[in-house]
Parts: sequence; structure tokens; C-alpha cells
Amino acid sequence: MKRVLSGLLLIVMAATLIVSCGGKGPAKGVEFIMNNGAEPQTLDPSKIQGVPEHKIYMALFEGLVGYDPKTSLATPGVAESWTVSPDGTQVTFKLRKTTWSDGVKITAQTVVDSWLRTLDPATASEYAYMAGMVVKGANEYNAGEAGKEAVQIRALDDYTFQVDLLGPMPYAVDMMAHYTFAILPMHVINAKGDDWIKVENIVGNGPFKLAEWKPQESLTVVPNEKYWDAKTVRLSKITFLPIDDNLTAYNKFKAGEVDWAHGIPLSLVDEIKLRPDYQVAPQVATYYYLFNMTRKPFTDIRVRKALTMALDMQELVDKVTKGGQLATSSMVPAMEGYTPAKGPAFNVEEARKLLAEAGFPDGKGFPKTPILYNTSDGHKIIAEWVQESWKKNLNIEVSLVNQEWKTFLDTRSNAHDFDIARAGWVGDYLDPNTFLDMFIIGSGNNDGLYANPEYDALVKKAGTMKAGPERMATLQAAEALLITKDQAVIPFYHYVEQDLIDTTKWDGWFANPLGVHDWKYIGPKN
Amino acid sequence: MSRFIVRRFLSVIPTLFIIVTLSFFLIRLAPGGPFSGEKKLPPEIMANIMRKYHMDEPLVNQYFRYIGDVLHFDLGPSYRYKDQTVNDLIGNAFPVSILLGTLALGTALVLGTIVGITSALKQNKWQDYAAMSVAVLGISVPAFVVGPILMLIFALKLKWLPTSGWLSSRAGALTLIMPIITLMMPYFAYIARMSRGSLIEVMRSDYVRTARAKGLKEGVVIRKHVLKGAMLPIVTYLGPAFSGIITGSVVVEQIFVIPGIGRIFVQSALNRDYTVIMGDVIVYSIILIAANFVVDILYGLLDPRISYK
Repeated sequence: MKRVLSGLLLIVMAATLIVSCGGKGPAKGVEFIMNNGAEPQTLDPSKIQGVPEHKIYMALFEGLVGYDPKTSLATPGVAESWTVSPDGTQVTFKLRKTTWSDGVKITAQTVVDSWLRTLDPATASEYAYMAGMVVKGANEYNAGEAGKEAVQIRALDDYTFQVDLLGPMPYAVDMMAHYTFAILPMHVINAKGDDWIKVENIVGNGPFKLAEWKPQESLTVVPNEKYWDAKTVRLSKITFLPIDDNLTAYNKFKAGEVDWAHGIPLSLVDEIKLRPDYQVAPQVATYYYLFNMTRKPFTDIRVRKALTMALDMQELVDKVTKGGQLATSSMVPAMEGYTPAKGPAFNVEEARKLLAEAGFPDGKGFPKTPILYNTSDGHKIIAEWVQESWKKNLNIEVSLVNQEWKTFLDTRSNAHDFDIARAGWVGDYLDPNTFLDMFIIGSGNNDGLYANPEYDALVKKAGTMKAGPERMATLQAAEALLITKDQAVIPFYHYVEQDLIDTTKWDGWFANPLGVHDWKYIGPKN
Repeated sequence: MSRFIVRRFLSVIPTLFIIVTLSFFLIRLAPGGPFSGEKKLPPEIMANIMRKYHMDEPLVNQYFRYIGDVLHFDLGPSYRYKDQTVNDLIGNAFPVSILLGTLALGTALVLGTIVGITSALKQNKWQDYAAMSVAVLGISVPAFVVGPILMLIFALKLKWLPTSGWLSSRAGALTLIMPIITLMMPYFAYIARMSRGSLIEVMRSDYVRTARAKGLKEGVVIRKHVLKGAMLPIVTYLGPAFSGIITGSVVVEQIFVIPGIGRIFVQSALNRDYTVIMGDVIVYSIILIAANFVVDILYGLLDPRISYK
């Protein structure tokens, strides 16, 4: 027994010793630690699809164009310039002479091969549809209906790349900053197959290169000295942490353990919004409720209008969400050149009148409707506010039903088994189309089963029009149908990007519409 | 004895087989799938993905394919973490959970026995009451309360310890302290209570009375006779405690962002990452079965009343 006890004592002493040794010493240079919100699903640009992956992509890779740190519009990347044909359907990129982190040249043919790999059905890229939305022949190849020669992209010479668009799409070049259009190290992919992404094999062409990846723990990148604009890069190391809980991340930020935390814990919004390092910026994203357009009584436009007009969105953002969200009656956030259509304003009297006309005077006889939302504190307090507002303003009772995320998606998007459901949409590019084309008949994302051929015709027409006020007017007419004449959705507010970063300590970080931040500009303030 | 071990070992195989089969089909019953998201994928894209992972085949075929792979120690690809296989994921996470669990159980064992012995020797005195109050707290306050309270005091207020993280972070081994304390609390409390009870029982037994009657010094009586007898139940408790602490570290790993197997388990269930859930279920089953197996053998070795003929 004595021996056992002394053995145990030794273990404890050893553990204490390990513990008291403490951490590693401070690293040289300027190290930056960010909480990335989740473990990256993959580093392969053909297969990534989320925000955390995008943040790492921005360090390791660069497409033909990048994102302007303030406006999110296209800036020169591997392409130093580009020209659009007079009819707007063809873009020609002039590439700069640059290389991968292993020194191998990047040519126009590399771009062609990269895009074809992403579109190859065998790659099973989830975001390939994005290329299919603008590049001629991309959908046909990706769906297996045509060979790769159908894709209208070509290398005119080593440093000239050309792409044919499906129409005169003014947002196409901005879209090409997206990782779906990434340029890939095909020489490594061909040699290593799926293992090209392993730390020992991966090469990139971004401002940083991968140094270490400890899954579920941290991912570290260091400057890529072969990057064409390496002189702009100021950080000597970036560490990405995969913490999914915003409260834990906030605690780490407060304790000085991370320099940038994306997202905040909603329960502490009152405390956080007073902090000088709280950054909030309008996001191209909308929080809204969907009506199931096939279920009574929501088949009646008067009911949909009454429910919409009985909600005071300003009260919601001032008293409930409180994070700086922008109350709205529009589906599309304001964008350059586009003035969103306006939905009906908050008007209790009118709402009561409409409800009475629909056969529910003073809310009598209105069925007890469930509001479906995915389990989260934030969605819950909003649903409770809606419940209370409708009770107070219309004297109707609704119930709240929450489901875990994947179950919720199945109920809402596959089974369409709901009356009213919560939804949120983040724009993929800066054009109203990204918010409107999902409501056309047959769209996989038309969960409320909205069906108006007139709406479809407007959205499709805008797809063939050249950039300019006329096209924007067509899109605005479509939006007006959606949120006024038909009221297929109730827009609540436009999301804001909520970040914690001390901009008196760091510069080159700007709040911007897509929330995409180019790492090469971020550095310590002098 | 060896016949028992062989027989017992062989019975593990059908048990595991049944667990794997049931889990495989139960998981598929959950609504949603690994590739559903706010933005629904176009049907052609979904078809490409289903084909790639053989999910377009009938479920029974998928099952036999999976069993075949498992027999070759291949747990398949992760549907979410596309650069990693399930073997990679578990291979990285398992040692983390084992290290955390071993350190926590070791600490619980040492502190628990010391506290238990002190309580028993000072029975019904203030030391006893104090120790047993702590033990009651340890058993009744759950990890999701202990963890955040520790974090609030030691990381945010006093700033002595890092809020979360693991060995490779700046704070290094300091990250271990709060997770170990949180994880060991109920085990520490249980061991303390158990060793106190068992010690008191043994101190009242005839052979201890005999030892005292022989005129042995109290210290010798405790060390040579009491402790040896009193430790038996604790040794047998260590088996289930070990499997419990490994499979039960889910909450602690979530709170302190520790890259262990419990964190992966929670995430894979939420993400419907079927193969990872299966891999975790298999690992957890093996740990539980192995721990019970070891305890059964230990019983035979330590307690002469049990025979394996």
C-alpha cells in the first residue's frame, strides 16, 4: 500500500511540475490570434462552403480578383487587370507573373484547369452552382450533361484568361473573388490526389502559407515569401482557433487571449455594445419569416399583410436584439445603385381591419399557429416578441416550436411542414439578384412555395439585362411584388456583422458589406 | 481463469456487432443529413455528392460496405471534415481525452483517498464534517456549473489561468488545471466517501481488533491492516470510473474547448456526420466493454469468494 501511495504521490508531483512549467515564451514578430468560430471543414477551395473556411482561404489563396477591404468589390489579385466586352458577356483577364509558394509558375492554363476541377462532377463541389450562375457551360458540365469542353473558359496565352458569361452579368467579376473561382496548385493536386491538402503537401498563392494544423485545436499560417505583394504583409503569424461558443470566445477576448473574435454572445449584448472594441457593420443579409403559401389561412393576402403590419420592427431592434441591427420592411438590403422596395409600415389599425376582412374580427376564430424556428436563444427571444406583439395587436394566439438545426432544415426545406418559419439569408455577392432568385417557382430555396409567374418573369428578365438603372428597376419591381402585393415573407431586419477587435491597436481591418477581410492589410498600428 | 477470459473476450464480438448495427440504422432515422444547410444544394450537385460517398446506394448496401471497411479498421471518411478520415479525427482526439481523463482520475484518486482517510480517522470531528460537505458538493454540483464558475474566478477575475484551450496554446500546461478540477470533482467526492465508509467498516472488524489487542501501534495498524482491506472497493471502482471519465468528458471538453473525443462526438451528432458518430460509438463501446472486462478479472483476483470455474 505504501508503494501504491508513494507512486500516486509521484504522479501528482509530476502533474504539478508539468502544470507549473507554464506556457511557451512569446513568439517573435507580430502574432495575431483570431477565433474563427468553427473547425474548418476542409482547406480545399473546391470543397469549402462556410465562413470559417473562407477566412482561412483568404490567407492561403488568391483568385483572379480579391476583395476590396472597405467595399468588398473586386480588386486585382492574380489578374492585374481585366476588360469586359462591349455587350458585357465576355471578360478577359490579364494575369501578373506570379508563382505558387513552391515557386511553380501560375499561368492562364492553371486557371482553366482549376475551374474545371471545381466543376468536375467527381469533385462533388457544393458551391459549384455559383460558377454555374455566371459561366457559360458550367452547369452542363457539372450536371454531367456535357464534357468539360462545354465550359466557355480559355487561356489565350500564358498570361491571358478569358471567360464567356451566361449574359451581361454586371456582378460576375465581383463574384469571381469567391473561392468557387479559386486558382488551384494543379501540379500538386495531380501528384498527390486528395492528400494535396495535408500540411506536408499543400502549396498556396495567398499572402500566407500553412505552417501547422492541429484539428479541433488550432491552425497556424506564416507569411508566404513568394507572394507577389509580400511587402504589404505585416503579420508574422496568424493563429485560427475553432471555438464555436460565442461566450467562450468573448471570455478569451476579454482575457486578451484572442485579438479578433467574430460574433458575440447575445445575452451580453448590453455590456458588449458599450465596449470601444465592438465593431458593428451592416451586412448584406436579411432576417425574415416565411409564410407557407399553400396553407390556410396564409393563402389569404389579407392575413399575411395583417400579420406583417402588426409587427413594429423598430421596437424589435431597439428593445430585443439591441445589437445595432437595421429594422426593415425590405427583403433586399440597400446596395450601390439599388434602392430596395418598401413593404407596408407598422400600422395596427390597418392590420386589424385586414384581419377582420379576412374573416377574423378581433382575432376570433384564428387558428393557433405554430412559429417554427431553429433552437437558439436569439431566435427564441424574437419569436417570443412576435408572439406577444400579435397577441397584443391582433388578439391572436400563436405557439412556438423549436427544432435542432438539421431537423429544422428538414421540416422547413424538404417537407415544407410549417405555417410560419424563421429564415435568414446572406448574400453571396453584391447584387439584389442573390436575394430574389430564390423565390422563383421550382427554386430549391423557395421553402414557402411562393408562386407568381409575373415575379419569375421579372427576375429572369433582369438576368438578361445589362448593368444600369433599368435592370435595377426591374429587380425592384420584382421585390415589390414579393413584399407588398404578395407579402410572401415578413422581413424583420438586416443583420449586422458583429466583431470584437481593437482598431486602436490593429489597422487594415475595416467593417465591410460582405464581412470578408484581406489578411495582407491587417497589421499593428504604429 | 484463462478459459473465462477467452470466453468473455469472444462474447465481446457479438456485442460490438449488435451495437454497430443498431447505431448504423438508428442514426439514419434522424431527420436531416450531413449535407443540408440554410442554402439548399441544387439537385445535380447533391447527386454528385451522394455518388461520391456511395450514399445513392440502398441503405443495406451501405451497411455491408461499412461493416466491410470497419473489419479492415477503416472507419471511413468524415462527411463534414473533408480533408480527414474518421481514423484521423479519432486518432488525434483520443489521446487528448485519455490524457485529460487519466490526470483527472489520478488526482481524484489521490485527493479522494487522503480526504477519505482523514475523515475516517477523525470521524465525527470538524475535519470529517468539512471533508464530507465538500464531497456532497462535488457529487451534486454538475460540471456545467463548476467549469464556468472556475473560469469566472481564476481566468476572468484573477487572471491566473487561461480561460480555455489545450497544450499547444500560449498558456501551455496551465490550460490543464481547470478542466482537471472540473472533471475530477464527482469522482474525487465519490472516492472520498467510499474510502471513508470502507475504512470505518474495516476499523471495526475483528482482525483489526486483534491487531490492536496484540499491542501494535495505531499507525502500524492503519498502514498494515486497515488500509489494505479498505482499498479493495476503490480499486474495483477504478474500472468503471475510468470508462466513465473518458466517456463523460463531453461537457468539460465543450466548456474548455478541448480537442478531445467528446467534443467531436457532440459536433458529429449535430452535423449528422454519420461515419464520425459511428466511429465514436465504436470507441466508446470498446472502452466500456474493456473496463467491465478488467473489473470482472480484478474481482476474481482480489476477492477470494468469486471463482471463475
